[in-house]
Amino acid sequence: MFDLTIVTPEKIFYEGEVASLIVPGSEGYLGVLTDHAPLITGIIPGKVTIKDKSHQELELGVSYGFFEVSSNHATLLADSVEFISDIDLERARAALKRAKERLADLAGNIDMPRAQRALARARNRIRLIESKEE
Amino acid sequence: MPTLRQVKKRIRSVISTRQITKAMEMVAAAKLRKAQMKVLEVRPYSEKLDHILVSLSAAATGELIHPFFEKRDVKKQTLVLITSDRGLCGSFNSNLIGRAEAWLEGKEPAKTELVLIGKKGFDYYKKREWEIVRLFEDWKGNLDYNKAQDVVNLLTGRFLTGETDEITLIYTQFISTTRYRMVGAPYLPVERPVVDERKTQHLEYIFEPSPEAIFADLMPRYALTKMVTALAESFASEHGTRMIAMGAATKNAGEMIDSLTLQYNKARQAAITKELLDIVGGAEALQA
Repeated sequence: MFDLTIVTPEKIFYEGEVASLIVPGSEGYLGVLTDHAPLITGIIPGKVTIKDKSHQELELGVSYGFFEVSSNHATLLADSVEFISDIDLERARAALKRAKERLADLAGNIDMPRAQRALARARNRIRLIESKEE
Repeated sequence: MPTLRQVKKRIRSVISTRQITKAMEMVAAAKLRKAQMKVLEVRPYSEKLDHILVSLSAAATGELIHPFFEKRDVKKQTLVLITSDRGLCGSFNSNLIGRAEAWLEGKEPAKTELVLIGKKGFDYYKKREWEIVRLFEDWKGNLDYNKAQDVVNLLTGRFLTGETDEITLIYTQFISTTRYRMVGAPYLPVERPVVDERKTQHLEYIFEPSPEAIFADLMPRYALTKMVTALAESFASEHGTRMIAMGAATKNAGEMIDSLTLQYNKARQAAITKELLDIVGGAEALQA
């Protein structure tokens, strides 16, 4: 068991003891168990899997952020987090379309990274919900 | 002595003023509640971000790890002043402007520039010697992340291209409805967090991919979070001050109505007495 806190700029999304955790690190997915070595990594859009203390599995969609774990305290700082079942597919599709259009318009503009991030976020949401439905 | 009609008119006008200030007080109270919640929401994120920054700094010592930390000779300074867009909030804006004036005291106009958030600051500085880079207005007392991002993009952009070497932020920190504290804090370059040796010594962090890469991701977000926090605190202070100011105005209007009503009644009595005297005087003249 270790403590996990998930915070976004809007709120504290999750706070509690968990048994295990899988997060999408910038270098690939990584699993965290009790007594994990201290680690800091970036987070990219993907899926967070939490096994809480009653070994129930929670699946969350996450966008960009950071993850830190030290002495059995894990912190996930994310721009946005949501339960996969809460994802609005229509909205994600619309966002994807918008991001693609913007990318085509912007080519080389300084807003490119922003549009690319929006694209990655939308793709992630759609992928998560579609994999859930299968 | 004003006539009866004049007093009555005054009373009516003060009553409608009281209605307006009462309404404004209530609106400010509602907005304050929202703004206060925003402040509480933003705080944990900002604290955790600080925590990660400290851990990172402990690991990556020595060399310059991110351009935001770069301390240069100050050839140009920028002051960011957060005021409100609207008035009727007591001494809120004049206090802030006073603070800004104190900061500007003795600075050279050629080496100093202003970025203003909120119309009130602009109204004051538009006709003065300081160069205004940009005004961000029409916040409506609400936190808008996209707008905050625009502010941050402007500031970090100017800092990175060397157009300015030091950015200071003046805003108000929200303590309670009746209290706020004015803060003048350095914004850029970012102060390297002081590392407590005893605490961090035995923590050998693993960094994926590398401290530099994480810093590159972290710092823009850090800059945004700091700005968002400052804005949230300022808006909450503004609404709090406005609520108090309007509450006081409502109370004063009430007192004024009371004293005017007294005056009105006195004048009415006097008029009745005078009329009676006329009648009695007339009757006596007939008898005689």
